[in-house]
Amino acid sequence: MNRFILGTICFNVALLSGLETCAAGDWKQFRGSYSNSVAGSENLPVELSGSTIAWKAELPGRGLSGPIISGSEVFVSSSSGFFQDRLHMLCFDSASGEKKWHRQFSAIGRTMTHEKMANATPTMATDGKRLLAFFSSNDLICTDLRGRLIWFRGLGSEYPNASNSLGMSSSPIIVHDVAIVQVESDAEAFACGIDLATGETLWRLNRPRAANWTSPTAIVTRSVKSSLVLLQSSKGITAVRPADGSIAWNFEGGAATIPSTTVSDGVLYVPSNGVTALKVTAEGVEEIWNAANLSPSTASPVVYNGQCLVLNSSGVLSSGRIADGDRVWQLRLRGPFSSSPVVSGGHLYAFNESGTAFVVRLEQERGTIISELDLGEQVLCSPGVGDGALFVRSDQHLIRISRPE
Amino acid sequence: MGLQRRFHHARLLAALTFASILMTLPFSASVIARDFRDAVNEAVGILGKSRPGGAGSRENQQAVITLVTAGEKSLQPLLEGFRDATPEGQNWLRNTFEQVADRILQSRKSLPASILEDFILNGSNNSAARRLAYETLLRQDPGLSKRLIPSMLMDAGQEFRRDAVMMLLDQAESADAADAVSLYRRALSGAVHSDQVGKIADRLRQAGEEVDISRHFGFVTEWKVVGPFDNREEKGFAIAYPPEQEVESANPFAAEYEGMTGPVNWQQLVSNDDYGVVDIAKQLENFKGSLMYLTTTWVSPVKQSLQIRLGTPNAWKLWVNGKQIFQREEYHRSTRMDQYVVPVELNAGGNQLVLKLCQNEQTQDWAQKYQFQLRVSDAAGAGVLQGQAVAQNVYAEEELR
Repeated sequence: MNRFILGTICFNVALLSGLETCAAGDWKQFRGSYSNSVAGSENLPVELSGSTIAWKAELPGRGLSGPIISGSEVFVSSSSGFFQDRLHMLCFDSASGEKKWHRQFSAIGRTMTHEKMANATPTMATDGKRLLAFFSSNDLICTDLRGRLIWFRGLGSEYPNASNSLGMSSSPIIVHDVAIVQVESDAEAFACGIDLATGETLWRLNRPRAANWTSPTAIVTRSVKSSLVLLQSSKGITAVRPADGSIAWNFEGGAATIPSTTVSDGVLYVPSNGVTALKVTAEGVEEIWNAANLSPSTASPVVYNGQCLVLNSSGVLSSGRIADGDRVWQLRLRGPFSSSPVVSGGHLYAFNESGTAFVVRLEQERGTIISELDLGEQVLCSPGVGDGALFVRSDQHLIRISRPE
Repeated sequence: MGLQRRFHHARLLAALTFASILMTLPFSASVIARDFRDAVNEAVGILGKSRPGGAGSRENQQAVITLVTAGEKSLQPLLEGFRDATPEGQNWLRNTFEQVADRILQSRKSLPASILEDFILNGSNNSAARRLAYETLLRQDPGLSKRLIPSMLMDAGQEFRRDAVMMLLDQAESADAADAVSLYRRALSGAVHSDQVGKIADRLRQAGEEVDISRHFGFVTEWKVVGPFDNREEKGFAIAYPPEQEVESANPFAAEYEGMTGPVNWQQLVSNDDYGVVDIAKQLENFKGSLMYLTTTWVSPVKQSLQIRLGTPNAWKLWVNGKQIFQREEYHRSTRMDQYVVPVELNAGGNQLVLKLCQNEQTQDWAQKYQFQLRVSDAAGAGVLQGQAVAQNVYAEEELR
């Protein structure tokens, strides 16, 4: 056994042994606490019907941001006003749908987006003590769980050219006590790590100047030193250390600028020439396989139980084997999909843009649609799962879907 | 006897002490009140001065505690603090105001209605603070909108104007034809949002009325243009061609330059579009991989703070009186009216505006636009025409959007 292989094995043992695991119950950021769209055993309903809609709560303005869940509370952002410059953060009781608080802020940065998008497109993030709300205008707001302001950053005014007239969508993540944001446009592009306690910039990294709607993801270990933040762009993936922004390695094989990378068991599933699986090594990453026929469109890949699940632009769900990337089955849903699906309890839940929810039973050899439910409202957000329920939002409503009591 | 004297002394001492306390009470109360006011004002000042970059957030959190503890008495100072606050500071003040107001309403107490209403009605107060006071008071007094909004058609705050216009539109929809025209005309006088103006213009034109939308919004429609200059591979954005060198050196423009296709001269370009669109591709030619320089003179009767509002899908640079005020290198990521809002200080007399507009070589159908629309407005977005002076120069209230 040569030194490289030995080093790789040792690195992966160290990485996996220190890897944080997703706790059931919370959904702390875009695509879940570990950005993989997989929920713990939440006992969600598989036969969707009107009776599985536990409640609908009214929302102000517009929003594509997904709900996040911490304990028994659900949080979501919206934007309103003729210029979409009114920024909203809202908190609801998970069980009853009662609105617990509602805070508003004024956007400092540019608020223009494509009419399909809204200023409130990035999903919020929480570490269970603090909330981060980020907007297309690059206003970044940190409050406690009661909506009391901890700090406010107007990144849109600090860097006035870092905006996209179509809108920005990258959602922030929290790695240990560092807030990570990616702000990438044709005119200016950067990523930064911000001290979650004070709001001050810990590091700032210039990024490729090009429009980019992907969100950062991370390999989170128990130590901030061994954790890695993964920044995706058309150039590929750059892994940086969250504490100081230093670059650990680069993957330069190119990547998509809308769907984001998914990490599962230390392997990266990158939307790159279809999907490219990358294994993290002591030296960086090495390609395991590339599957050009797994073509994620807007939705990001989901990895679950040996399968890499991808929704393409035609609304077809494909399952590839994570061992070799071979496509095993396909299932036609009715698209288009703007949101990333979630998986819980052996079932995939996907919401198309017209608001139809699909429940797909996942098996190794096939996927089967178990039920559908038309919510009657446009759904562009990625849903959240927590507190025994599935939460999804339209412009008008936050909706709880769960088993009838 | 000694006991009696001691008792007498004790009574005297007690009486003196009591008297002295009584005498100092008003003084102490005023000191406490002054200290309280000072503490509230100091905390408001701390929040208002919030800087970009997140520095000072811990000090801000302490200030919030002071203000929330002060309760109702901090509401008015918080609103007044908006006037001199930074944009970040206004968000701190807003969040603190909301916390205090929530506590008052959740404890089933009443907000100080007369103080808030007076603040709302004083048009010289900060528009965002007035709107915050209005929406907060609305939670307690749903009848507030009918009482206040009709008089806000020409308000300094664009949200108040929008509400006032909406009320008039509702009335017009159910009025007879003659009254409707009058109501639409009135609504148009205050409308600053394109959707409302567009709707009103449609109704008036259907009624046979003439509406000059371009003039209403203050679009600048007459330009001189020179070009094309080379922008192949998008390199021209960074190149200062002779017109650009001249604007920065304040030399008068030459009559002729060497362009990408040969000698080029200044020529007149006029927009007849409702929304002031100057269309290079249609009115001249869609020179791929090129750039143009455009200039006009905007006459102001006085020195005043206004906004230049620009919409374009092309990369651009803008100079006012020889000073570059913004640049943006983005191509074909959509366009709309008021896409960019840039605060400017305009001099009395002629102000020279120079725009550099860049087209790239993308071949997609959606990447063929070569155009811009530029207007001058006040802070609420109301169009300002040449020769006009606005009453309120409060552009600092609205940051670059």
